[in-house]
Parts: sequence; C-alpha cells; structure tokens
Amino acid sequence: MIKRVLSTKKTDDLITELSKIHGLLVFHQSGGCCDGSSPMCFPRSEFRVGSRDIYLGNIGSQPFFMSEDQFEYWKHTQLIIDVVDGKGGMFSLEGPTGKRFLTRSRVYEENEINELKKNPPQIASNLSNIEGLKTTIN
Amino acid sequence: MDDVKPFIYPGDDGSKLKPDSRYENFIGGNWTKPKTGNYFENISPTSGKVICEIPRSNADDVNLALDAAHKAAPGWGKTGPAERSNILLKIADVIEQNAEKLSLAETLDNGKPIREPMAADIPLTVDHFRYFAGAIRAQEGTIGNIDGMQSGGGNSAQGMMAYHYPEPLGVVGQIIPWNFPILMAAWKLAPALAAGNAVVLKPAEQTPYSICVLMELIADLLPPGVVNVVQGYGVEAGKPLASSNRVKKIGFTGETTTGRLILQYASENLIPVTLELGGKSPNIFFKDIMNGGDEYLSRCVEGFLHAYFNQGEVCTCPSRAVVHEDIYEPFMEMVKKRVSVLNCGDPFDLNTQVGAQASSEQFDKIMSYLDVGKQEGASVIFGGEKRQMDGAYSNGYYVEPTAFKGDNSMRIFQEEIFGPVVSVTTFKDEAEAISIANDTLYGLGAGVWSKDANICYRMGRAIEAGRVWVNCYHSYPAHAAFGGYKNSGIGRETHKMMLNHYQQTKNVLVSYAEVPDGFF
Repeated sequence: MIKRVLSTKKTDDLITELSKIHGLLVFHQSGGCCDGSSPMCFPRSEFRVGSRDIYLGNIGSQPFFMSEDQFEYWKHTQLIIDVVDGKGGMFSLEGPTGKRFLTRSRVYEENEINELKKNPPQIASNLSNIEGLKTTIN
Repeated sequence: MDDVKPFIYPGDDGSKLKPDSRYENFIGGNWTKPKTGNYFENISPTSGKVICEIPRSNADDVNLALDAAHKAAPGWGKTGPAERSNILLKIADVIEQNAEKLSLAETLDNGKPIREPMAADIPLTVDHFRYFAGAIRAQEGTIGNIDGMQSGGGNSAQGMMAYHYPEPLGVVGQIIPWNFPILMAAWKLAPALAAGNAVVLKPAEQTPYSICVLMELIADLLPPGVVNVVQGYGVEAGKPLASSNRVKKIGFTGETTTGRLILQYASENLIPVTLELGGKSPNIFFKDIMNGGDEYLSRCVEGFLHAYFNQGEVCTCPSRAVVHEDIYEPFMEMVKKRVSVLNCGDPFDLNTQVGAQASSEQFDKIMSYLDVGKQEGASVIFGGEKRQMDGAYSNGYYVEPTAFKGDNSMRIFQEEIFGPVVSVTTFKDEAEAISIANDTLYGLGAGVWSKDANICYRMGRAIEAGRVWVNCYHSYPAHAAFGGYKNSGIGRETHKMMLNHYQQTKNVLVSYAEVPDGFF
C-alpha cells in the first residue's frame, strides 16, 4: 500500500531521541504563517487531535495527522518528514535540540493517486488502536 | 561622532550599534538571569555569525515574570488614561529618536534590508504607540438609560441607569513572531498597555535580540513589572506562558497547529485568545489597469513586487497573483523587467531591496517549496533558486525573488511559503477571480487593482478576507483594522477595537428608586 507519510533516517533517530524523553508522541502538520507548513511534534497525551483530522500514517511508530480541510489541498503529495538544523518550531518538542522537522513532498504519479482513492484515509475519531491518543470526540 | 556610520554591520569598526555578548530576561524592571543559567546562541541570518547569547528560560522564569506582572498590574490598571497615554507617547518618542539603532538591530536579527525598518517597521511602531496613546484618551464607557429619568418610583427599573466601564483584564501573555520582531511586539504591547494591563511577552527564539535593544531604551519609562520579557524556546518558555492559569488572555501570531494548541490551553483556563495565523493572499489585476496611464500601471507592477517586501515573510504576502488572461503576457513582461533590476545586495546598504530569510530552517522550508512547485508542474517565470551572496554574507540565507506560473489547486498556491515566491495564475472574468481568491483555507489579506470603482467595490465585498487593499498593498496604518477571516485567526489588531480584546466591560446597574419594589 502506498504510504502518505514517510520519514528519513535522521527523522527516525530524532523521534527515538524525543520519545525516550517524552514518551508517546503525536505529529500534526501545521499551516499558515511563520512556522506554518512545519510538522509539529507534541506529547501524545497533551495535544488533542481534532476528531475530523486526517490520519496519514505513522513515522517512527508515532501517528501523523493533518486537518481535514488542509488535506484536501495536500492529498496529491506524499510527505517525507526530514530533519534540518535550526531552532524554533513553537511548542514542537525538538526545538531545543537545534534540529527541526521539515516536511518535504513528492507529487504522486497518476496510478498512485488511483490506488490511494481506493484506500481513503481515516479520520481521527474512527481510530481505536492508537494508544493514548486524545481526540475531541471519541 | 562623525566617524560613526549608521549603516554598516553592527559590531564592525565604526558601527552605530555594538551588541553585548549576552542579554538577560527583563523581569520586574531588572535584567534577570535565567534560573538555570542556560543560554543559546542567536545567529544573524545576514551572515550566519553569532550576534549574542540569549537566555534559555523555562517555566520558573515565566513564573518569576508572572509574579512581577501580578505585582504591577493592580497599580497600573488604576492609573488614569492620561498617565498611560503620556508614557506611551514617551515610548514613541524614544523609539523615533533611536530609529537608526533599532533598525540596525532589526536587520541584524531578522535579515531584512535596512531600508525596511527605517521606512516601515520603526516608523509604524512609533505610530502604533501614538495611536493607542490617543485611542485610550478618547475612549469612553457608555451610559444606558434603562427606564424613566425620574428617581423615587415604586420599582427598581425606575430611574435605573446602566454604567459601562472598560476595565483592564489584568496580566496578559503575548507571543511574538519573528518576521517583524519589534513591530509585532508594538502591535500587541501598545493596546495592552493603553488598556491598563501588565504584560509577559515571549519573543521568537529566531529573533530575540532587537527587543532587548528596545527594552534597554524604554525600561525607565515604565513602572517595574508592567512589561516583562522572557526569552527562550517556544516549548520551554512559550508553552508555560500560553498554558498558565495566571494570565487573563493570550495574544498569539503564528501558525495553525500552535493556534489550536493555544486554544486548547485557553479552554482549560477559560480565557480569551486573539490569533493571527497567516494567509495566502490573492493579488488580483484586472484588464483595465493597462489603460490607466503609465504611472498608474507602474504602480500596479509595484503592487505585484510587494510580494518581495520583507523577503515574503509577511502574513499578508501577496503570494498569489491572479492576472486577467488578456493582459498576462504584457503585464508579466513588465514585472520581469522590474524584478531584473531589484537590488539584492548588502542588507546594511540603504539601497538594498531584498535581504536574507530570517533563519536557516526558514530557508530550508522555502527551498522545499521551490521543489514542490517544480514537481507539481508549475513553470518558473523567474528565480527559483538559492541566491549566493559574497564575502561576509556568503553564509547567510538568501533566496532569489521567484514567480511560478501554475494553477490554484497546486500546493504552492495554497500554503504560505513565507518566502519571496509568487504563484501566478490567470482568470477570465470577475466571477472566476472571486472563485480563485476565495479558494483557500485562509482569509487575511487581498489586493484588487482596477480603476473601475464598481469592480473594486464588488471585489472588496466578495473576497473573504479581513483586509482588502484596493489599488494599494502592504499599507499598515494604525486605525485600519487588521485580522483574519476563515483559518487566518480571531481578533482585529491595529485599530482601537483591539482595546476591547484587552479589556472587559464592567456594568454597574444603579437604581435611583427610593421606595421598596414591593416584591417581598
């Protein structure tokens, strides 16, 4: 099955580092100004995922979400979560490490899009198998 | 001193600005070390060189600042509007007198070319403090006459008056972005202080320095604890502030996921929040601009190039140009010609028009979007690459002014790249222009260019955005409300209505009746 979100080796390593400190994590793709378009990483017990947020898959065994309306504009691209040097990222957990998660993208081929249409992604409130996930309605 | 030159790299021989090697938090009127003793290095995006060390604060430091703010708030909130107004006017004067110094600090910290803080950031900061100094003097509560002017009747409603007093909230938290570090602080500080609140302010960790220069200049003008600045990383210092149960309001400018998280924290504390979360602003050029005369047409071309103001790191960057199909070729030829003569040189040269992106991670993000645009099949009209500078600036973060031709469904038309990148598309008629303009999650700004007053009126009303510029762009005068429709946020800044976001209404309901109601 075609994945909607992937991670690089550097990302997997940083996720491992962060999960040792903070436990279960959740990723949420941001939009808008400043640090917008960056993936944000929070303790899973802290960030309440929107009930209609789209579940794109896991990276480094941590779930990755995006708001439903944003997904409509992003769904023709596969996200590749990478790590670059830098600071910031608002409340994202990696800020103080001097590293930032960065969303890179790959535009799907037509046959991939057709296959993805057959497997629509789930919304957060329909998920039952993600330990410790908080959504607004579940 | 004649040998001191205003605009050379700060710290170099002969520069007007010499940054200290280390700054501290500003708490309770004192420069205060972070409790952990930890600092981080602040890098200038112009050169990649270290400017200074900045406190890496945590919840303990935020609490210390909140202690100071709570100590100051009751007294400050009881001062008269005239007293607060006069202090704001003095702050404005000092900023105006130190415009060169503050501009140098802003360019060093943020990367913007020096002409921008000299012409925009700092004069607008001065204007905002003066505006809210005036607004608070002119503000009045209201008196409602509920019933009967006579007192002495047989029920409470007779002779009853409703007095409405605007009162401060108390202690408020403000989280400032990195694109206009001083001006965005002023947008939030001026109304909060005018309204009588004490503030704990967290600057962006990408641009923590210039606000230190500002606080050094204005520290003595404010009672201790009325403004407190806590530096550090968002997750370590911003989060304890945003989630504190000791603030009565949070003002935030940033992006959507953090906006949602701040609203979640606020829901636990039942406090209001104002949010400014960015946009993807359309800039729409109608066919008739070609007949408007050479000077007007030149103004319209300039309107397109406003996308490169502040390197595109503006929440209202006109990053979607929507051009009538009949004029696309000649208009874009003029744009190309104008872009080809843009001065993209030394950020500390007053002639430079485009400077550095604010940070390395912002540079990386813009590069990732240039990649997405090319993959999506958008064609590069000009630019599209990293911009390599020479000498002292060779390790800075520079991007070529760029335009893509593409379709509004592409991600480069839907996401705020926050770089010098315009995505251009065409429209056939007014209905299509409106449809493209509103096909976005955001609604912060928009531009309309036409000499047809009726087109301008209809477009101005049909575009779902909080600010529609007509035959102008990127003007931010105080007294014109600024804020977002749709996902772009909640609240209106740069207008006296922002006072309401920093005040609560006290109603004192008075009966002048002199005999019992007769209910009991």
